Amino acid sequence: MTTIRDAAQKLMQTAIGLAPERWLPGGTPDPLIGRHGAIGSSVPRIDGPRKVKGEARFAAEVPAGNMVYAALVYSTIARGRIATLDTDATQAVPGVVLVMTYRNAPRMAPPALFMSDPRAAGASSLPVMQDDTIHWNGEPIAVILAETQEQADHAATLVRVTYTKETASTSFDAATAQAHRPDSVLGEPAVIEIGNAEAALAEAAHQIDRTYHTPRHSHAAIEPHAATVWWEADGRLVVHDATQMLNGTRWTLAGIFGLKEEQIRILSPFVGGGFGGKTLWNHQILAIAASRLSGRPVRVSLSREGVFRVSGGRTTTRQRVALGARADGTLSALIHTGIAAMTAYNNCPEQFSFPARHLYAADSFKLEQKVADLDMVANTFMRAPGESIGTFALESAIDELADSMGLDPIELRRRIEPVKDPTSGHAFSARHLLDAYARGAERFGWSARNPTPRARREGEWLIGMGVATATYPYYRMPGGAARITLTREGQARVAMASHEMGMGTATVQVQAAADRLGLPIAHVTFAYGDTALPPGTIAGGSSQTASIAAAVTAASEKLVPALLKLVGNDSPLAGLRAGDVEARDGGLGHRSLPERFESYASILSRANRDEISAEAEAPMPLEVQKYAMHSYGAQFCEVRVNAVTGETRISRFLGSFDAGRVLNPRTAASQFRGGIIMGLGLALTEETLFDARTGRIMNPSLADYHVPVHLDVPQIDVIWTDSPDPHAPLGAHGIGEIGITGVGAAVANAVYNATGRRIRDLPITLDKLL
Amino acid sequence: MLITINGQGMEVALDPRTSLLDLLREHLELHGTKKGCDQGACGACTVLADGERILSCLALAVQYEGRSISTVEGLADDGRLHPLQQAFIDHDGFQCGYCTPGQICSAIGMAAEIGRGVPSAVTADLAATTIPPTRDELRERMSGNLCRCGAHNGIIDAITEIYSAEAAE
Amino acid sequence: MTPFSYARAGDAATATGLGMAEGAKYLGGGTNLVDLMRETIERPDRLVDVTGLSRMIAERDDGSLMIGAAVRNTAVAEHQAVRERYPVLARAILSGASGQIRNMATVGGNILQRTRCAYFYDDAARCNKRVPGAGCDAIDGFNRTHAILGASPACVATHPSDMCVALAALGAVVHLENTAGARTLPLVDLHRLPMGRPEVETLLEPGELITAIELPPLPWAVRSTYRKVRDRASYAFALVSVAAVLDRSGDGMVRDVRLALGGVAHKPWRAFAAEAALRGRPASEACFRAAAEAELADAAPLRDNGFKIELARRTIVAVLNELAGETA
Repeated sequence: MTTIRDAAQKLMQTAIGLAPERWLPGGTPDPLIGRHGAIGSSVPRIDGPRKVKGEARFAAEVPAGNMVYAALVYSTIARGRIATLDTDATQAVPGVVLVMTYRNAPRMAPPALFMSDPRAAGASSLPVMQDDTIHWNGEPIAVILAETQEQADHAATLVRVTYTKETASTSFDAATAQAHRPDSVLGEPAVIEIGNAEAALAEAAHQIDRTYHTPRHSHAAIEPHAATVWWEADGRLVVHDATQMLNGTRWTLAGIFGLKEEQIRILSPFVGGGFGGKTLWNHQILAIAASRLSGRPVRVSLSREGVFRVSGGRTTTRQRVALGARADGTLSALIHTGIAAMTAYNNCPEQFSFPARHLYAADSFKLEQKVADLDMVANTFMRAPGESIGTFALESAIDELADSMGLDPIELRRRIEPVKDPTSGHAFSARHLLDAYARGAERFGWSARNPTPRARREGEWLIGMGVATATYPYYRMPGGAARITLTREGQARVAMASHEMGMGTATVQVQAAADRLGLPIAHVTFAYGDTALPPGTIAGGSSQTASIAAAVTAASEKLVPALLKLVGNDSPLAGLRAGDVEARDGGLGHRSLPERFESYASILSRANRDEISAEAEAPMPLEVQKYAMHSYGAQFCEVRVNAVTGETRISRFLGSFDAGRVLNPRTAASQFRGGIIMGLGLALTEETLFDARTGRIMNPSLADYHVPVHLDVPQIDVIWTDSPDPHAPLGAHGIGEIGITGVGAAVANAVYNATGRRIRDLPITLDKLL
Repeated sequence: MLITINGQGMEVALDPRTSLLDLLREHLELHGTKKGCDQGACGACTVLADGERILSCLALAVQYEGRSISTVEGLADDGRLHPLQQAFIDHDGFQCGYCTPGQICSAIGMAAEIGRGVPSAVTADLAATTIPPTRDELRERMSGNLCRCGAHNGIIDAITEIYSAEAAE
Repeated sequence: MTPFSYARAGDAATATGLGMAEGAKYLGGGTNLVDLMRETIERPDRLVDVTGLSRMIAERDDGSLMIGAAVRNTAVAEHQAVRERYPVLARAILSGASGQIRNMATVGGNILQRTRCAYFYDDAARCNKRVPGAGCDAIDGFNRTHAILGASPACVATHPSDMCVALAALGAVVHLENTAGARTLPLVDLHRLPMGRPEVETLLEPGELITAIELPPLPWAVRSTYRKVRDRASYAFALVSVAAVLDRSGDGMVRDVRLALGGVAHKPWRAFAAEAALRGRPASEACFRAAAEAELADAAPLRDNGFKIELARRTIVAVLNELAGETA
């Protein structure tokens, strides 16, 4: 995907021209990094009351007059053409308003593929319902609109279709024979080789060379994908969506429908779980097209099966990790290679080799990712794409090496801790992984672990402990802008088209803005979830908190001089420049002269202004060019494996994280725990079953796709170093994804310690342990 | 047919196919009850029918003629949050908030079940007439309510706070 | 969902009168039927709501227990007589589904629930149950959860009920009624093995309605239990489950035993061979193992479910060991 690299380079070239900013060497450190105020407080979620009362309105709940309901019909073959299509019975169902197929669908440009342009949001580049071609098993082939959902659903079952099948690539095993290197893996090279790792491995005193398998996963957000859409009389389009990419969706829809961005408004104030899955798929596009044809507002709320058919999940991988070590544990070779299933029309190679690029010191590296093209629904980003399953392989192998050497696995990691990024050579912006290990080991009681497998038993239960490293990159996305409006009443409204899917976005941003502006949090609101606001960045890559914070900081830096322009000669601030003042106590004050202070209310009323606004774009994320910026953690797990049945239950879990400064301990703990729990599902129960004969997903339901239930989830302890990263806005790293990383390996390593069985094929179901 | 929703009797005319869930969401504009799977696999649609927790997605509305249905919208008393709603906030028992109404309604129904001595799969002594609301009991009994954000600990903490105190009284 | 008419029956005579009609189906709690209708696997013209029928649980003088077919699963599991005298049944019910579903589901509906085979549910797949003669995509597909006992080349699906496994072990009798009259049938005979006609799942006659379940007096069932092995700790169907009732004499011999397996066959699987192998033998792990072997001698694995044979063997032994320890 040269387009991606080009786009990234273009962005960076633009950015280089800018002045160095505060997070780079020579920049002024962010004064908020060290200060304790609202930031760092366990503020309860400000949207909590609405959520517990059921008043938070999600995309499928937005009222629209004269609205019709959509139902989708899905293909039952993976590749071929529609031979016959009979919709007569469907049309005849009372209440049916429209039957849309490729025959009458409006002409639409194909979606711009995510990362083909910084603004693109398409999960795939396939045209949507433009001809009789079938590209995957489950592709929508008809949209039914009816007055009620019951009518639409029933009518959809009456569509009669036959196909001319073509040979499809639906077997991962078969497709791996033609696996190829992608042009890039998220803008990074698909291959990194340093030294001759294979040769070093062959000569190493201690060797581990293993293959690991990870299955497909589904996001399984409890809110199904949904949108309520309509066209205004003047040709403008309104989309109430459940999305993690407001502005990207708008830009991409504009391209598909030949509109200007300004003609489209996307709203998404609440998203019922995203995890990477709530992006632009066929259903929104089809609903918009059907709304145009019918002239009616349309609500599309995918059935649970529809979610599995229309939106992809995490792809399957086969990974090799080989480690060559000297007698002291230091690595002479680190090899992490493998293949992920992908399609020819998307770009999500599941960056499983990324952890090995940054985690450990070794003399030589061979890190390579390939993709095998399948005919399937486009796979996509799912919570810590790459890192979640890459750490399963890498951290299992590290444990295998430690075990084979008779070394404590934490001690082994101490011996291979790098002083700088092992593949880029960059300095780490902040890295306290060993500290996280030490704190975690102490709190978890790691020293009580018996390194001999199968040594601890209580009744039928074999008990074991395992540990693994968590890691996830720091990202900050360019292109976002924030607006701050201060009112004469001393209130601030911060606005940016960002996303809330449970991360506590508004809560944390209110905290940050309150400190930034020197206001109590009760005086600050944060507006989001609407493209009518200044543009936001994606809620992905754990980047949103930093991306918003950087934009709000930029806006505040524009606001202060604007305020100083308003002050008259009578003001205690008269004559001061922006660099002289700081925001405090509901106004601006001289940094060292306490008496030179004036409240915002006073400034505005003296200037006879009701309010003042400043809007600014965040600076380019140059910090990631200068430093190796990552979050880390040590995941500690205790499992009980039933010696009779092979059932594995998690009895204790501790995550000890090094993820920059924690902005809100309450919501942060929930984010960490949430990631860990999804990791427990990854470890033990989750697998999307893809039938290699047909390319069909065979467990498209929450009854058969097993996410953890309450009884699977023990009390999960989370702690953190709370060490600010001086090179990140607010000193903070995003924490939405770090929690899931390392969990699969921590569980697998604990299972090994409990049973002596090494499971290299997720999920660790009981049949593998009998 | 006549049905009582949150204490208010109402007359509705329905397609027999309409589920209780769709009656609430699409006909009565009561969107607090959520649709997660529409197949009885997630618990997001949990409501109370005459005080008993049920899945409104698998309930044909016509079957509930004359019954009294309570939803999350009916829990707050004169604007004051139900203690369990407040406990969910205090213990951060949710993130995205989508499974939350179902979790809360389910917990209320569950507490009544424990209160009248209904055993569970993890109850050691089936003959016991009082069952202490231990964490394991609560976790087993709440397992029909999926949460994908991973707020499980906070949910059980919130329920423990409200109903362990109640049990101790 | 295909359109249908809805009628509520207040008594069995009304219900069976309505239920005789072509295309009619009885509706209990709806926890399985409504789902199958939404999937259009079931397309009844008429639903006859029988939840208004008997919700009584009656202890009779001879010690038997009559459970009305409309009694909710929760009500059975919480009934003191069930908990004390038939703990295997209470445990089996409580291991199934979720609290909400148990509050809705009726006893009759639980018995008649249909398989959870993924290929049965997916209308893109071939399934002899859905479309007789179409073929079976499960036999060479994902069949980790499928049958190891009593399957046929036409169908390898399992019956998903937990409750029925306990009922099979207890020798429960099903009371049936249609307009032609009433009859009883042992539960173990109600469900069929698939053979060449997997679409016919029970021996129910047209319009026949389950009106009640009768648990025979079985004083030694106080020593009984149910163990369910599954992928999640809760809210998942059984991979293998075992219902067992053990009567051990003072000298450590098996006086009598009842054993049934779930998750292994097209019907709740009463382990007659294992029972025969145990009666009069020592209540020892070796004998338990031999009995399990006897039951599983004809077990036939598919691509993904061979583990169930070993799992069933181990679980049978563990459950019997537990009961033997209890009765000691």
